[in-house]
Formats: sequence, structure tokens, C-alpha cells
Amino acid sequence: MKRVYVNEEWCLGCHLCEYNCAFANSGLKDMADALKGKKIFPRIHVEGDEKISYGVSCRHCEDPMCIKSCIAGAISKENGVVTINRNKCVGCLTCVLVCPYGALAPSEEGTMQKCELCVKNSCGEPACVTGCPNKAIVYEERG
Amino acid sequence: MKREGEVRIPSGCAIAAVISKDGNRMSGQKIYECMKPMHDRSNGLGGGFAGYGIYPEYKDFYAFHMFFDDRDTRKNCEVFLKERFEIVKSEIIPTRKIPQITNEPDIWRYFVTPLKSMMEKMQTDEKEFVARSVMKINTEMKGAYVFSSGKNMGAFKAVGFPEDVGVFYRLEEYEGYSWTAHGRYPTNTPGWWGGAHPFTLLDYSIVHNGEISSYDANRRFIEMFGYKCNLQTDTEVITYIMDYLIRVKGLTLKESAGVIAAPFWSTIEGKSDPAERERLTYLRTMFPSLLVTGPFSIVLGFDGGLMALNDRLKLRSMVVGEKDDKVYIASEEAAIRSMEPDAENIWAPTGGEPVIIKVKDGAY
Amino acid sequence: MSIRYIYPEFEVVRNENRCIACRVCERQCANEVHSYNEEKNVMISDETKCVNCQRCVSLCPTRALKIVKSDCTLRENANWQNDTIKEIYKQAGSGGVLLSSMGNPKPLPVYWDKILINASQVTNPPIDPLREPMETRVFLGKKNGEIERDEDGNLKCSLPPQLELSMPVMFSAMSYGSISYNAHASLARAATELGILYNTGEGGLHEDFYVYGPNTIVQVASGRFGVHEDYLKAGAAVEIKMGQGAKPGIGGHLPGAKIVGDVSKTRMIPEGSDAISPAPHHDIYSIEDLRQLVFSLKEATEYKKPVIVKVAAVHNIAAIASGIARSGADIIAIDGFRGGTGAAPTRIRDNVGIPIELALASVDQRLRDEGIRNNVSLVVGGSIRSASDVIKAIALGADACYVATAALLALGCHLCRTCQSGKCNWGIATQRPDLVKRLNPDIGSERLVNLMTAWRHEIKELMGGMGINSIEALKGNRLMLRGVGLNEKELEILGISHAGE
Repeated sequence: MKRVYVNEEWCLGCHLCEYNCAFANSGLKDMADALKGKKIFPRIHVEGDEKISYGVSCRHCEDPMCIKSCIAGAISKENGVVTINRNKCVGCLTCVLVCPYGALAPSEEGTMQKCELCVKNSCGEPACVTGCPNKAIVYEERG
Repeated sequence: MKREGEVRIPSGCAIAAVISKDGNRMSGQKIYECMKPMHDRSNGLGGGFAGYGIYPEYKDFYAFHMFFDDRDTRKNCEVFLKERFEIVKSEIIPTRKIPQITNEPDIWRYFVTPLKSMMEKMQTDEKEFVARSVMKINTEMKGAYVFSSGKNMGAFKAVGFPEDVGVFYRLEEYEGYSWTAHGRYPTNTPGWWGGAHPFTLLDYSIVHNGEISSYDANRRFIEMFGYKCNLQTDTEVITYIMDYLIRVKGLTLKESAGVIAAPFWSTIEGKSDPAERERLTYLRTMFPSLLVTGPFSIVLGFDGGLMALNDRLKLRSMVVGEKDDKVYIASEEAAIRSMEPDAENIWAPTGGEPVIIKVKDGAY
Repeated sequence: MSIRYIYPEFEVVRNENRCIACRVCERQCANEVHSYNEEKNVMISDETKCVNCQRCVSLCPTRALKIVKSDCTLRENANWQNDTIKEIYKQAGSGGVLLSSMGNPKPLPVYWDKILINASQVTNPPIDPLREPMETRVFLGKKNGEIERDEDGNLKCSLPPQLELSMPVMFSAMSYGSISYNAHASLARAATELGILYNTGEGGLHEDFYVYGPNTIVQVASGRFGVHEDYLKAGAAVEIKMGQGAKPGIGGHLPGAKIVGDVSKTRMIPEGSDAISPAPHHDIYSIEDLRQLVFSLKEATEYKKPVIVKVAAVHNIAAIASGIARSGADIIAIDGFRGGTGAAPTRIRDNVGIPIELALASVDQRLRDEGIRNNVSLVVGGSIRSASDVIKAIALGADACYVATAALLALGCHLCRTCQSGKCNWGIATQRPDLVKRLNPDIGSERLVNLMTAWRHEIKELMGGMGINSIEALKGNRLMLRGVGLNEKELEILGISHAGE
């Protein structure tokens, strides 16, 4: 299964992946319209400093800790993609604590969100991949 | 308007040739008659022939065929010739007055042999000496032009349709073992006799149908070696290239064809014999500026044979046929049939493959 | 500073309706033009530091930014132009020599744009490059040997060493130090993939790039930086840099700040020391000395590699080239006055040297007049900007072209001409690791390969139009060119006729 992989050799820490993600999941057509004046809630987070940086997002683990930890049964796996059912999430933050990568975080509404490989929004390929200016993020299958 | 020689004139044409492998001599009538079915390939602005073996009594002397604008030019030129050569015989080339050929210059021929003392002074061999003298006359003497300079061969050319040029020069009175012919279709010209084909140097003659897109690249290279392209017609440069490759550099006919019509790199790489690949790569890398591009079909005449060659993309027609000891080459089968109605094995050579016909040793 | 003599040349125009304060511009500007005001949640710009490299413009996700030339201008004056006046202010302030980067930007004649190309029609068919073979392969090297045969009469196929190129273009010299490791990696990989060559420049060859040796020309410049036996043996050819088109008469200059780490190691000089190449090679004061160096290099490389001599186009270039052609060199590279540079004194860059078109035409003609044109191959550079420039150069007489500025543009350069600051935001002309990171050689080499592939296709189209199907038949084929808007003398030097003739 294809996953999003980040290469820290080329990550510039520019944070464009975060903004592209937020825009892709906004459901709006114009980026300025979607993001101007708002705090963004991206599903990929850039961590690091000037020397080295890296974008962190969901690894779609074989055996996800988050699914096991969810008290409401809101997280499941569809075709290998770990997804959250917003309607069921109660905002307890257990999955956030449990994920070894820190891939989950609250959304604007208070329910949890994470990278779902842009399968449910209008992009064909994950937006962070297409929007990375330095090919630091790739979308590929690695055995 | 610039005169031909000062500006380059592209043209399309007709060529033909016949050779006897046994050295049997033929009258020139056949060769000029065969141009009649190809009449429409010319537009009357040039026609010419080269005959080999036509001067058996003077076979050891260089036969200079020359045009002169007027008597004074001729006299000046003869002074120059006498400084370098011993003139064994000089005469007006006999012609027949016909209404189709007008405005002829003075047409003379001289049978000459180089003066040993002059050759020694210039420290060259005989052929180089003759070539340089011919270049000098053609470049420096206005109004004088040597249009043929080989031994036991001669070119005959004029402004007119080739079949008329043949009648004009009374070619039926000559007998040669090999003949080439050409009719011109230049796209504009004030018409100058020197501009017609064949172009010759020593015993090499070229008749050519086509237009060389690499002309200036070839000319600017070959002129480094003492040749002067005075007429800015493509054919002239091919003649000098062949003289350079064969006489000066010592390449064989096949190797020379491998330079001017070098195969594509993809063709060379596809050859199964590694020695062949190496040879072709070497020739192409050694002489890149002598590659001739653009459509052409040429017949190279030389002492004892002919070579016919097409460009690599075969953009001009050429067919070859034979009967008994004779081999026929022409732009159209109709011309071959007019020379020999029962010609056999008519075939079209592929682009880039030379057809070399030699007269058997001792027979010429 | 209390008096601002020079108003910023550029202004940053931000469309406030579109700016989402993502701060990419702030993060990506090494000149610290942009910053974020947290209280007011807006981006602000300090245009005094902007050099118009357009990194921020290219990365802004909502296209909210543009950089414009400031319309705060001094009064118009055709003699004392704005730039001329500013240069005086700078010199009055610093007392120093003005330094500039990249090629001469002055409005002097560009002859490529006044030369037109032929096409075949009616009397000669044009050739379709999509359907017929169209060959762009060239071999550079000496071709003046004698024909030799063995005892069986077969040709002995031995030529002096040749360089094989899949197309008549090579990447010209840009030193490691003036450009980054990643830029060199992109050039080396692209050259290998394309089947052409790139040039180390005078900074030596980093050991990681020895693997690309067969596609590398190693340069020996007046400072002899990085020159040792393995270096000479690593490349496919050795180039002696006598001069450079952007700064004829002086040597290279790399400030000590850029001589760090691997740059210092590759050049074999201490960190922090200025790398100032001497103006002449101190062992070449005359043409016979050049011959000696050419043969020393041939000895050192066992006569297996061609030796290139690179010169700047100056007044008597034809005579110089004739001397070089007789010195044993295999290839002469001529760099015209429009050539680029990492750093050069402004006055020398803008006023010294002659156009490559004229230099090429006169050198090619002179070598042919002397009968020695096939002693050497000619490579020309100094602003070859497109495939049509390449075709025109070959028709004038060149064997191949050197491109450098075009290659840098492919890598992302926006020709802001501030390379000398070492803060190239595109990761090209810098040694700062955080900036060098911005040039990913995967992307860089792909863009270079794309550029050259596109040019190769265009070259084939132009050749086909002329009825030529092998590039060697175009070399020196001046009848394929016509001039327009040129005077008699220019036409005479170029050796072409005027359009209409």
C-alpha cells in the first residue's frame, strides 16, 4: 500500500505541506478564501529547527494503537487507510496520547483528525506530496 | 543581376551514363540520344557530357578543353600555358552550327604535357602540378575557363538541351569506352557555359542531379587544401572532394563513398562485423566536413571506370541496367531503354551504396 | 546609516486579500526581507534587503506576492542613468571595486538575434525529424592525421583522442565553491544521462563525483586549485583555463567566507583563505609556454585525453586561436563577453571582451585560411540561450556550444545577479547548508535533462527544415544563415549575406 514518506535530507521546514493539507481538507476552492485569517489545523505537522526538519503524519500502521485505544470505536481501517468517524469521536484525546508518532490532533470542531491520504477529499494524490517544493515528501509503496 | 559563379543556383536535372567493361569504344551518339526521353528534366539552360578513351592518339597528354570570352583572353592564357606546359597540339573543338545553341564562346582544346623544369621548381608531382595550374587559370584569368583536364578524356558542355549539345559538339564522331551525360534545370540563370555539368578535375568528372544542403560546410573545408570553388555550384565541390579523398588522401572508391554518403550511426551500430563498424566510424569521425547531405545522385567518371552513388535517404532517382559488356546508368529507365532496348537486370541502388564499374585491366 | 543615498531598487507588493500569513516567504528568504507580526497577524516586508530573486514569489501558495522595480527613480538622463549614479554612490560610500555576478547586462548588440536561418523548399526537400533519422552526435578532437594502412591494405583506424557527445552542447565551467555541491551533483548526473559533458571549473573535483568522471572535463586554471594526478586522470578531458569571457585578463575570485569544509578540501587551500586566482598562469607568459603546459598535461594523462584550451574572446582572438591550434591543443573553447561569472569587477565584466558571434566567425575563417581548421575543434560559449543560438553557432563554424547560465536557469536561478553575497535562495551559488538543501539534485538533474532534451529536439527540427540530417553537415555552412539589420562590416566579419541576397 502506498504511504506518505518524508525525507529529512530534503525537507526545508517551509511548512507548505501543512497549508496544502489544511486547504485540501477545507472543501473550498480557493486557498486564500479557505485559510485567510484562520488558524490552520493540518494533518501533517512539521517538527524540527533550522538544522533539520521533518513532516510528521499518520503511518497507517499494520497494527494501529489508536484503533485499540479508541473508547468510542470511532477509528477503523478502510482498505488499509486508518480513518476516523467524526460522528463517533467523543474528544477524549486517548488516541493522541497513545500514537507513538504524534500523528493525531484535534480538528477545528474538537473531534480528532489525522492524515487519511486525501482519499476522501478532491485531490487525487496527497496534497502534501504535490505541494512539496523540494520533493521531500513522496507517495510510494515500500515493502 | 549577379552572373553565375557569383551566386549559387540550385537546380534539378537528368543524368545518364554508359560504360563498356571490356573497353569497347562506343560512339557518343547513343549517350546524347538517350537524353531525349528525359527532355522535361532539363529546361534548356545547360547540358553536357564526359567521354573516356576518346583521344587514343594523344592518350599520354592532358587534354585541356577551354572556353574563352574572346581572342585576347585566349592569347594571354596561351602565354601562361606555354610557361608551364609543352603544347603538343592546339585546335578549335569542331562544332556544328545549330539554331538551338547560340552565344558560344571560343572553344579550344590543347594537348599538353607539363614541363619537367617547372614541375621540379614547384616540387610537385605531375597530377598536382596540372591541378594547380587549372585552378590558377579558373580563379585568376577572367574570361578563360578550363572545363576538362584529364588524359584521354574530355568534357563537352554548353547552354542548351543535352541532346542539342551532343549534336552541337558532333559527339557521334567520337568513340569512348565510357560516357556520362547531364541535363540541367537551374531555377534562374543568365546562362553561362561554364555552369553546365560535368565538372571535372584531372580525369575525375561528376554529373549530378540534386542539391547539396551541406554545400557551404563542404566548400569551406575543401578550400583549405588549395581547391577554389569558383562557380558556387554544388557539383564542383563534389569533384574536388573526390579528387582530395582519392588522389591526395589515397582512399579507395568504396571508402570515399563511405565518407561522402556515410551511413547513419544507427546503421553503423547495426553492422555485424566489428571491423566494418570501426572502419565506418573512423571514416566518419575523420572527415565530418566532407559528409554530403541533401538529395543527390551522382556519377563519378574516372580513368578506367564509373561510380554511381545516391544520398543516404535516396531522394533522387537512379536506375542501373546491363547488357553483355555494357552497364547503363540513368535517372530514368526510359533513357536506359533508349540506349539498349533489351537491357536486363534493371535495378535501383539503395541510398548510400556505391555502384562501382571498372573496365578490365589493359583494355583502356 | 543616516543618509540613504540609494533607494531600494525593488518593492515587495503583497496582495493582502490573498496573503494567508503562512510565513513561507519569511522562512525561505535568506536576506530576511519578510517577517511576521504576531500581534497583528500580518506579514511585513523590508524591501531594502530584497534582491529580486523571486524565491518568495515562486513559493507563495496563494500567489500573493510580486516584486516590482521601484518607481522611485532619479530624474531621467540618457547619459547619467540611474544605475550609473548609484554606482558612484556605492563607491563613494565603500571606496571599493564594484563587484557583480552573472553576465554583462548592458544593451550591446546581440548578434544571434540578427541572424536568420534557412529552410529548404521546392528545389530541395526538407526532412521530417519525426520520421527520418536526424543525427546530432559530434566528436570533438584533432582530425588532421594521415591515412595509414596495414600490410593487408586495410585502414588503420586510429585517431587522436576524441570526445563523443550525443548533441553539440556541454555544460560550461562553474567551480565548486562558486556553486554548491548539489548544483554540481545535478550537472554531473544530467550530463551522464544525456551523454554530454560538464566542467568542474577551477574548484577541483569533489571525491564523490569521480564516479561521473567519463562525463567530466577537469579544469586547470591559473590558481591550479585542486590539481593533482588523480584529478587529471579522473576526467574525460583536461581544460586549461587561460581566460573567461566575463572577465578577460583577470583570474577567478572566491571570497574566504565561501572556502569552508569540502570546498577548502577540494581546492586544497586552507579554510577561510581567499581563493584569488592570478591573472596569468605564472608558467605561461607566451604561446610557447602554453605548448609546454599542453604537452605536460598530455604526458601526465598518457596522451589518452584531449586537452582543451579555454580563452576569452578579445580583440586579436583569431591570431591567438591560430597559435593555440598549432600548440598541440585538441580543442579551443572561446568564451564571449556575455559569459556569466560568480563574481567579477563590474567594470571589467561590462567593458572588456567582444561578442562570441564575431569571435567565432573570425576564428573559424582564420583557421580555414591557414589550412589548420581540422587541427582543433571549436567550442563556443558566452550566452548561448536557446537551440536556435546553437544552430547559428554551428553554422558559423563551431563544433559545439558551452552553456552555463541556461543550465543555472534550469536549476531555478532567477538571474538576480547577487551570487557574490553567498545567500542564493535557490541553493545554487551558496555554501550555506540550509540553502544548499533547497536544490534537490533529483529535481535539478531532471530539469537539466528536460532542457537539453527539448533543445535537442528543436535542433533536429531546425536541421530538418534545412534539409540536413547530420549535424556535421551544418558545421561552417554559412550559406544557411542570413543577416538582418547588420552593416556591411558586420556581415563581412560574420561571413554571411544579408537577408534577401
